[in-house]
Amino acid sequence: MNVNQSVPPVPSFGQPQPVYPGYHQSSYGGQSGSTAPTIPYGAYNGPVPGYQQTPPQGMSRAPPSSGAPPSSTAQAPCGQAAYGQFGQGDVQNGPSSTVQMQRLPGSQPFGSPLAPVGNQPAVLQPYGPPPTSAQVTAQLSGMQISGAVAPAPPSSGLGYGPPTSLASASGSFPNSGLYGSYPQGQAPPLSQAQGHPGIQTPQRSAPSQASGFTPPASGGPRLPSMTGPLLPGQSFGGPSVSQPNHVSSPPPQALPPGTQMTGPLGPLPPMHSPQQPGYQPQQNGSFGPTRGPQPNYGSPYPAAPTFGSQSGPQPLPPKRLDPDAIPSPIQVIEDDRNNRGTEPFVTGVRGQVPPLVTTNFLVKDQGNASPRYIRCTSYNIPCTSDMAKQAQVPLAAVIKPLARLPPEEASPYVVDHGESGPLRCNRCKAYMCPFMQFIEGGRRFQCCFCSCINDVPPQYFQHLDHTGKRVDAYDRPELSLGSYEFLATVDYCKNSKFPSPPAFIFMIDVSYNAIRTGLVRLLCEELKSLLDFLPREGGAEESAIRVGFVTYNKVLHFYNVKSSLAQPQMMVVSDVADMFVPLLDGFLVNVNESRAVITSLLDQIPEMFADTRETETVFVPVIQAGMEALKAAECAGKLFLFHTSLPIAEAPGKLKNRDDRKLINTDKEKTLFQPQTGAYQTLAKECVAQGCCVDLFLFPNQYVDVATLSVVPQLTGGSVYKYACFQVENDQERFLSDLRRDVQKVVGFDAVMRVRTSTGIRAVDFFGAFYMSNTTDVELAGLDGDKTVTVEFKHDDRLNEESGALLQCALLYTSCAGQRRLRIHNLALNCCTQLADLYRNCETDTLINYMAKFAYRGVLNSPVKAVRDTLITQCAQILACYRKNCASPSSAGQLILPECMKLLPVYLNCVLKSDVLQPGAEITTDDRAYVRQLVTSMDVAETNVFFYPRLLSLTKSPIESTTEPPAVRASEERLSNGDMYLLENGLNLFLWVGASVQQGVVQSLFSVSSFSQITSGLVRARSQGNMGVEKLGQYHILCHVS
Amino acid sequence: MATYLEFIQQNEERDGVRFSWNVWPSSRLEATRMVVPLACLLTPLKERPDLPPVQYEPVLCSRPTCKACNIDMPALIKLFPSFQFPPAYGGISEVNQPAELMPQFSTIEYMIQRGAQSPLIFLYVVDTCLEEDDLQALKESLQMSLSLLPPDALVGLITFGRMVQVHELSCEGISKSYVFRGTKDLTAKQIQDMLGLTKPAMPMQQARPVQPQEHPFASTRFLQPVHKIDMNLTDLLGELQRDPWPVTQGKRPLRSTGVALSIAVGLLEGTFPNTGARIMLFTGGPPTQGPGMVVGDELKIPIRSWHDIEKDNARFMKKATKHYEMLANRTAANGHCIDIYACALDQTGLLEMKCCANLTGGYMVMGDSFNTSLFKQTFQRIFTKDFNGDFRMAFGATLDVKTSRELKIAGAIGPCVSLNVKGPCVSENELGVGGTSQWKICGLDPTSTLGIYFEVVNQHNAPIPQGGRGAIQFVTHYQHSSTQRRIRVTTIARNWADVQSQLRHIEAAFDQEAAAVLMARLGVFRAESEEGPDVLRWLDRQLIRLCQKFGQYNKEDPTSFRLSDSFSLYPQFMFHLRRSPFLQVFNNSPDESSYYRHHFARQDLTQSLIMIQPILYSYSFHGPPEPVLLDSSSILADRILLMDTFFQIVIYLGETIAQWRKAGYQDMPEYENFKHLLQAPLDDAQEILQARFPMPRYINTEHGGSQARFLLSKVNPSQTHNNLYAWGQVRNFQVFGEDAKLTE
Repeated sequence: MNVNQSVPPVPSFGQPQPVYPGYHQSSYGGQSGSTAPTIPYGAYNGPVPGYQQTPPQGMSRAPPSSGAPPSSTAQAPCGQAAYGQFGQGDVQNGPSSTVQMQRLPGSQPFGSPLAPVGNQPAVLQPYGPPPTSAQVTAQLSGMQISGAVAPAPPSSGLGYGPPTSLASASGSFPNSGLYGSYPQGQAPPLSQAQGHPGIQTPQRSAPSQASGFTPPASGGPRLPSMTGPLLPGQSFGGPSVSQPNHVSSPPPQALPPGTQMTGPLGPLPPMHSPQQPGYQPQQNGSFGPTRGPQPNYGSPYPAAPTFGSQSGPQPLPPKRLDPDAIPSPIQVIEDDRNNRGTEPFVTGVRGQVPPLVTTNFLVKDQGNASPRYIRCTSYNIPCTSDMAKQAQVPLAAVIKPLARLPPEEASPYVVDHGESGPLRCNRCKAYMCPFMQFIEGGRRFQCCFCSCINDVPPQYFQHLDHTGKRVDAYDRPELSLGSYEFLATVDYCKNSKFPSPPAFIFMIDVSYNAIRTGLVRLLCEELKSLLDFLPREGGAEESAIRVGFVTYNKVLHFYNVKSSLAQPQMMVVSDVADMFVPLLDGFLVNVNESRAVITSLLDQIPEMFADTRETETVFVPVIQAGMEALKAAECAGKLFLFHTSLPIAEAPGKLKNRDDRKLINTDKEKTLFQPQTGAYQTLAKECVAQGCCVDLFLFPNQYVDVATLSVVPQLTGGSVYKYACFQVENDQERFLSDLRRDVQKVVGFDAVMRVRTSTGIRAVDFFGAFYMSNTTDVELAGLDGDKTVTVEFKHDDRLNEESGALLQCALLYTSCAGQRRLRIHNLALNCCTQLADLYRNCETDTLINYMAKFAYRGVLNSPVKAVRDTLITQCAQILACYRKNCASPSSAGQLILPECMKLLPVYLNCVLKSDVLQPGAEITTDDRAYVRQLVTSMDVAETNVFFYPRLLSLTKSPIESTTEPPAVRASEERLSNGDMYLLENGLNLFLWVGASVQQGVVQSLFSVSSFSQITSGLVRARSQGNMGVEKLGQYHILCHVS
Repeated sequence: MATYLEFIQQNEERDGVRFSWNVWPSSRLEATRMVVPLACLLTPLKERPDLPPVQYEPVLCSRPTCKACNIDMPALIKLFPSFQFPPAYGGISEVNQPAELMPQFSTIEYMIQRGAQSPLIFLYVVDTCLEEDDLQALKESLQMSLSLLPPDALVGLITFGRMVQVHELSCEGISKSYVFRGTKDLTAKQIQDMLGLTKPAMPMQQARPVQPQEHPFASTRFLQPVHKIDMNLTDLLGELQRDPWPVTQGKRPLRSTGVALSIAVGLLEGTFPNTGARIMLFTGGPPTQGPGMVVGDELKIPIRSWHDIEKDNARFMKKATKHYEMLANRTAANGHCIDIYACALDQTGLLEMKCCANLTGGYMVMGDSFNTSLFKQTFQRIFTKDFNGDFRMAFGATLDVKTSRELKIAGAIGPCVSLNVKGPCVSENELGVGGTSQWKICGLDPTSTLGIYFEVVNQHNAPIPQGGRGAIQFVTHYQHSSTQRRIRVTTIARNWADVQSQLRHIEAAFDQEAAAVLMARLGVFRAESEEGPDVLRWLDRQLIRLCQKFGQYNKEDPTSFRLSDSFSLYPQFMFHLRRSPFLQVFNNSPDESSYYRHHFARQDLTQSLIMIQPILYSYSFHGPPEPVLLDSSSILADRILLMDTFFQIVIYLGETIAQWRKAGYQDMPEYENFKHLLQAPLDDAQEILQARFPMPRYINTEHGGSQARFLLSKVNPSQTHNNLYAWGQVRNFQVFGEDAKLTE
């Protein structure tokens, strides 16, 4: 019955239009509203039949897509319908119609696959029993069915409706709604997914599978082995492939046959009420709640808070998807560490997917750039733009041109070609690299990017060996390595003059706030010693960098610290409307020469302003002054700005407090991320032209409009640090270590980065902290080893499978000793004509990096909700395409994940829940803007841990152990009252103390006798034991009171 | 006649006043026919060692429109018929007369006890775009000056080059200064804001009642008592560096004089309005940027010359002049004065800046370098003290002139600005700065002299009774260098005479020296705004008319022309005046002209006369030194000449003398008399040098020396290329002159 019911809706969905427009009303009004009660039930009923049909599902595998439906009666209709639609409508009709279906299933499937993963032990068992994939699939299908059923009705209008819709009807719908965004054709993939649970494991070697999901569950019991073989021939055995992918799914089946049953049943009742609460758990990352979740889904999104919601979910556990069923990032990371962390990653082979960023590995450069420099979303690029569009997998590279390397790896060789400069292709200007083809006995070379044939200059000529390789290939870094540097000639310099060494200017806010908090005194004290550690090049005795000092409140104070002076001289410029630098000589000085004067100055600054009453500050004039100073000194450099308050003094760039929380979730929300005035952009442009990079340290105790203030650092390649409500005793260590790191890090100035690619694709979009005055050159006033540029590529022609796709990133910069250099990174990627190849060579962490940056930029222009929907849609499309083209058919409700993207939904969910895209009540506008700009230049490792924070259980490992404590999945449910946890995301550190943690531990750590006496807030870690935390200094303590 | 000369001299010594006419023609018509207007040279602060200040306040004429002070002689009371003794004078008796009623006190000085005394202020505005040794010399002079200042005087320091720095003097340790861009014109308000001199609105209102006390406090950061920051400032000056901004080849340094002055004015305006203050500008070159720039920084484009100005080719002149005029007027309004010490080989823009000194009563000193005794001693001389140990400077004076009703005030010429006080005694005809009966003289010293012009308004048909006297009272309020407010009152009375019947009388009472200077001032005043030739023509016409009126001659007989003794020198003065640098711009740069005119407009009668007609002394074995005609005929081979033109002292050795000296006779004991002869003019010159302000250029030259041109350009060219041979070829030199000759 249910099925039937569901069926009819499907066709209706077939019509694309009704689906979208109607979402709310049509679906609700029609089905939910009136029949709602019945339908949901029906849906649930549906699942049951599904189970019955399970066997047929198994069948379904064999007959990839179509097979299944026939076998199962009840499902058949659903599935078929879905598939049919897909088939028919291909993308459009199919998807639209199925959309709803898909959505629902999507959600469900997630749950199911996840469940298995989580329940490793359980999984094992299940596996045991389920050796017959049929059962598994059956379960899944059952899941699906339920989902499917539910979806059917909701599908039409539910997409969005669910949250609003009555609990009863929406229960199932909400999910659909969420996934509704996935629209096209995902439904089918989902169903497949279910079927494919096994697939994941198979993709990689059996062991890996085991590790990846549930170590215990490891393939042994599973059929994965079976699938394994199949995998290689994925193309061949669609179905088989699919199975492996879905490894996760099967386990759940095994375990919960009963549960599943209950699940479906359960859902019915819960659906009405629990939806919202249920959701939250999902947020935690557990897609687990299979049936339950569906209802939950609707609610969870809205509520979303990861931790807060816990209470809700807990009571409802039985009704939700089992969080353990969701693929575990912890496991994936662990597996990758075990499998790939042991051997060096050799870059000689084209298109190799590197180990995960969380894995420690060494890199041997054999012709391609290290993944530390470049990581791609996919190492196998579709040959045509059609394919790329179909897959919807973004093609992007995350480039960190000056990335720091571990000491074991050599930094790039510097090649000096003398006055002639580096050898380049005449047409596309690409630099000589290992992929250039030497022909005609070495007299010419063919450019690997544009195929232009160039003459080899006589001084560069060398004979070729029998393989067509130059005899000296291994003597020349540019012919054998992926990354190397050229010394630039004067042609590459500004004004055709070799640059002078850069300068650092410290610009310190000395308004009342800064003085009161002790910041100025702390900073001045620190600078005295820190100046000995300015970055220097190679073995240089002392840094070539000169320093200058400015203090300011509503006026600026410059200091003459010329070595010949007995005392520093202060020059006040109060004409902030028209800033200029009042002195030339003696402002920028060598630290060693002027040490006495500088020390005296730093001693006196806190004294001079100790009694200040000035609370107003300026901002733009300060940067302007720094820039003018660099201009006058004819050098590039960096400004370190220490700023406390909203610049409200009368001056260019004056800001007003425009913080308005009422704008959140409105179309105007984006204005909170946009700068208030254009003055900042204009200034940034001037800074870039001068090679003036700005690092901003903020110490606000109220709104400072980070969105506006960060414009200049953002566009000049600088960094922003923020210490809200700075207090010396609490934040000193954090600030000082940030400062030390920031001052000491190697940095390049006045840089221009250009990414060249093989004909066929083209860099079209760039994300990061930089400025672009045209469409190809990334201009960076400053670039350090932490800054990352994400580049997106698009096809503009066909790629050739044989020659692959090449990337060359060339960075022209001035080193910290004032040397002009070119750093070249080359990377060769494979090209494919089969989508399966694409999906097998993706890198989820990189994808997330790209998608997060894309979304974070989107909030500048679109409502946040639209951005979130776009993300969801894209993710759904990626998975749908996979399901449709690469996975074996499976039941419609099952989610099928490619092995290397199995964390995509979890991670994406994390992105969706990040502060920027979904602000919690306690998140300030400034924090959101801060995080937004922070993420923009993060590399893959940083985004990985930022979005999926590390949760370490502190008491699980012996205190004496030197290894890192075990990681726990970042879910509130995983927190045990008897344990303590450390949560870190690269930005914050939280210590969570369980209420019933051993008293001895409490005593030793906090020096209080009982849990109740621990005060929330910041505490200084006491060096007790080595829980891997003492080096971190201090952290927040969250007291778990329950 | 001798009596009149004595009378004149006595009057000058007592009252510091010299009238062109000492007996006044009694009707308007007759007065105009006298050609030389009724006018006087007034030296308001003429040193009067014998004049004890009176310790009480003057009594004013009770008629509101009059307000004349009490008058010296009881007889004069009737001239001010409305005068009534106030009750305070009830106790007057023959024995106990107040000083103002005693005849010898026609000039009386009152000290005012009330009112807060504010210290003197000296604000140094120093150019740092100087050559190293110039800057060094200047720094030393400035450091030295600190010891000369009154200990409680406030000093401030502004330095400028490409930027302008206002130094904060109060801070310990770190030396602190406020820096301004040299290219941006700022309003007084902006300047005060940027210097942090304005207080936030709220406290301001609350503090209003106590504001006067806070005044010194607010400004202490930039203006400090000398005794407090003596050491600091000495160090600060010692550390002054040349402007660090690079000056490329072929460019002038960027010098922001205009902004620096503007800031100095703004600073004082905001902190110490209406108190005695000197802004002392030391500059070593022309302003080259910002408001008030006089020339661009391209060296290939020279600074404007008279030629450019005539051709209307001085592109910055008008704008710059306007800028400095605006500053000068503001400064004058605040009662401060601006001194300009410009030392450079080339012009420094004095033409544009002259009004700063001219309108505020400041000094203008021009030299070749700060490293010359000319500058050093001149600067030092500013701080000389009088017999009472007081500085010879006074500030913020207002000069109020009152006349009996037969007279009206036509105007004044001197270092003053009009206060625009209209009244019944103000004439509609203006001579000089007119249209007012009060002027402000922001800075003055005992020699500052104004020319004040009157108009007789008594109608011909309403004769003044025989023996009637006209009266004029000059009331000068000023701040003495001891920071006391003082009032000096000078009351003058002269007899009226009917021209028809008493022309001889009037003639005899003509003061030709005063008249020459007064006419010269008029001429120079005109020359500032009119074409040179027009002024000369006007002067000629006046001379001719005067001769017509007072000369005795037979028609068609030039030899019959006679002028009485009291007029005899007048034509000669006019002759030299025509040739003087005050009216002739030929051979002078615009800056030099401005400089000469500046001094001419403020010096007293004696000095002015020297300027008009340089003094020439001749030394020989034939007798004691004797004054000789300023004529080329006075240049003889066996004489030593000493010429004093006020601005230069020239010692010229005649041909023979020069040869003797070359031969070394002066070193031989037997020719000791020659040695003495050589020494005599040197000693005399030294005497002049010691006394004069500004210190003149001292030139020691001889026959044929290049510097002899200073002499040759001054003497009357009685022997020229035209008549050289006619004179028997006795002389082997020529004097070139471009126009009339005095003798012939």
